Amino acid sequence: MQESRKIRVLAAKPGLDGHDRGIKVICAALRDAGMEVIYTGLRQTPEQIVNAAVQEDVDVIAMSCLSGAHTYLFPRVMELLRDKKIDDILVMGGGIIPEEDGPAMKGAGIAAIFTPGTDTGDIVSFIRDNLKKN
Amino acid sequence: MDDKQKLADLKAKYDAAVDKVLKKMPERKAEFVNTSGIPVARVYTPLDLEGFDYAAQLGLPGQYPFTRAVQPTAYRGRFWTMRQYAGFGSAEETNERYHFLLKSGQTGLSVAFDLPTQIGYDSDHELARGEVGKVGVAIDSLWDMERLFAGIPLDQVSTSMTINSPCAIILAMYLAVAEKQGIGFDKLRGTVQNDILKEYPARGTYIFGPRKSMRLITNIFEYCTQNVPQWNTISISGYHIREAGSTAVQEVAFTLANGIAYVEAALAAGMKVDEFGPRLSFFFNSHLDFFEEIAKFRAARRLWAKIMKERFGSTDVRSQMLRFHTQTAGCSLTAQQPLNNIMRTAFEALAAVLGGTQSLHTNSFDEALALPSELAVQVALRTQQVIAHETAVCDTVDPLAGCYYVEYLTDEIEKRAQDYIDQIDRMGGAVAAIEKGFIQKEIGDSAYRYQREIEKNERIVVGLNKFQVKEEEKPKDLLKVDPTVGDRQVARLKELKGSRDNAAVAQALAELKTAAEGTDNLMPPILKAVQCLATLGEICDTLRAVFGEYEMAVM
Repeated sequence: MQESRKIRVLAAKPGLDGHDRGIKVICAALRDAGMEVIYTGLRQTPEQIVNAAVQEDVDVIAMSCLSGAHTYLFPRVMELLRDKKIDDILVMGGGIIPEEDGPAMKGAGIAAIFTPGTDTGDIVSFIRDNLKKN
Repeated sequence: MDDKQKLADLKAKYDAAVDKVLKKMPERKAEFVNTSGIPVARVYTPLDLEGFDYAAQLGLPGQYPFTRAVQPTAYRGRFWTMRQYAGFGSAEETNERYHFLLKSGQTGLSVAFDLPTQIGYDSDHELARGEVGKVGVAIDSLWDMERLFAGIPLDQVSTSMTINSPCAIILAMYLAVAEKQGIGFDKLRGTVQNDILKEYPARGTYIFGPRKSMRLITNIFEYCTQNVPQWNTISISGYHIREAGSTAVQEVAFTLANGIAYVEAALAAGMKVDEFGPRLSFFFNSHLDFFEEIAKFRAARRLWAKIMKERFGSTDVRSQMLRFHTQTAGCSLTAQQPLNNIMRTAFEALAAVLGGTQSLHTNSFDEALALPSELAVQVALRTQQVIAHETAVCDTVDPLAGCYYVEYLTDEIEKRAQDYIDQIDRMGGAVAAIEKGFIQKEIGDSAYRYQREIEKNERIVVGLNKFQVKEEEKPKDLLKVDPTVGDRQVARLKELKGSRDNAAVAQALAELKTAAEGTDNLMPPILKAVQCLATLGEICDTLRAVFGEYEMAVM
């Protein structure tokens, strides 16, 4: 099923956080797993992320934030996707995300939160199992 | 020669015995290699230090090339400065934490700024939304800076400030606070990070391009040499390079290559090496490979001494002394079983002390989960105090000198770092290597390799890929930044703009713009703007209009 078209992932750094070790490692791991990965680079606004996702026609948005601003930025991305009536992109988040923020993130529509220590293989499997587009 | 023969005979006997043992019981791994790719032998003897020249390679503490220490008595005279990086929320909340730390026996302050401050945006800027007061304290104007240091006489503490792109502005605010406290600039002790080059491949808080930023940096060198003589004008940082995933060798190499670029920029600006050389300082990571880290600090000291003396012709030994701050490795901490982080941090801190650090930050055990809580910070500080007062490792200087393994590693790290520096020189120096993406790629490759080693269980992280517990109890009492801090900062900005002399602000900013378009030192006009209560964002916007903003090419 996935042979015809590679899974396309937008890896994004919303906000002002400059910690990109994690997202770059994820990019490398997803590419090794055969996915097409577009990395936005640092300091993206939610608007820029959603626009890039539309332009690149991605299946997945993977955001990373270690500054604590996820509480504003992640739900804002979901809000903008809803405004554009996009509901077939799988959106995931990672970084230093306190456990107690989990329910609010899920409630906003973030499919999964990956925190430090996650095996990149688990992220690959999660994407394969939860894609919304065919 | 006789001794050497005796030793060779002993070694031959030993190797034969090892062969027998190996037939019965192989070693844990086929080969032992450290993170820098340096092979680690089964045992080290004087045979591994062929041609070792004690005087040339080590000297005594306080003697060139300063491998053993920069200061003759080292910790027998005075322990390192215990300096915990701290800042969150508003200036008032952070000020409270500083008073707590000083009361707990901390000997220096270290200011963490929030990301909008570090990237030159006021708290009411669109891009600041959600970030105000999160990873550090929010500073918009001199008002905030005054509140940050309320009740702390600036001639009684040394203050380190982690600020890079807007460094000149924050330093000017600090000077303005000192002036208000009636303290002369010559009494001020501290450090500004002011190290823009590592922001591009690691950490990410750049505003202007590297070449424009170099002017601001050398302006600070020049201004402080003349006006703030005890101030460390830069902290050339390997810490973040290592956190971004580099090896120990890469950390030394890329940091010193950046150092070379700063020296060259200051020379090009017309300064003499021994005018600014003594005020350069460094900042390294301390990771878990205990001996590799100790050797790394020693190798860095020796290499920098040689660079300053041989490459730049320094004749003042103070310029040749690599003085450094250390922070334990945040990236070595785990969110799983976080109490284990106390031990990791302790070993890393011990390595930093055995490597001769001048000041130290120990990480708090809850840092993979949140900003450190007060209890976690106290345990981290106590870790340093236990090393200083209870372990007796500070009673003799550089106790591991002469250890065959440590000297072998010191030589090897120096050699491999020098190879990288040569390669960077051939590319045209650190700025060119960054612009080409070379440093970024080297760091990224190392980071991915490290992650793969963990995932393949070739590298064991206790509690993460071995010795896990099923149902973990999460630590409670994590620090939560008051969510109203953003609104409070915005309200304060409004109040500021309504009550200051806005004509004076406009005048000061216009003068700054003219200076930026010319070649004058920018510190005096920035200081003036700060004193008129121009905001950090306004001053940065003025500079953005002249210097432009940097866009990093994405690899």
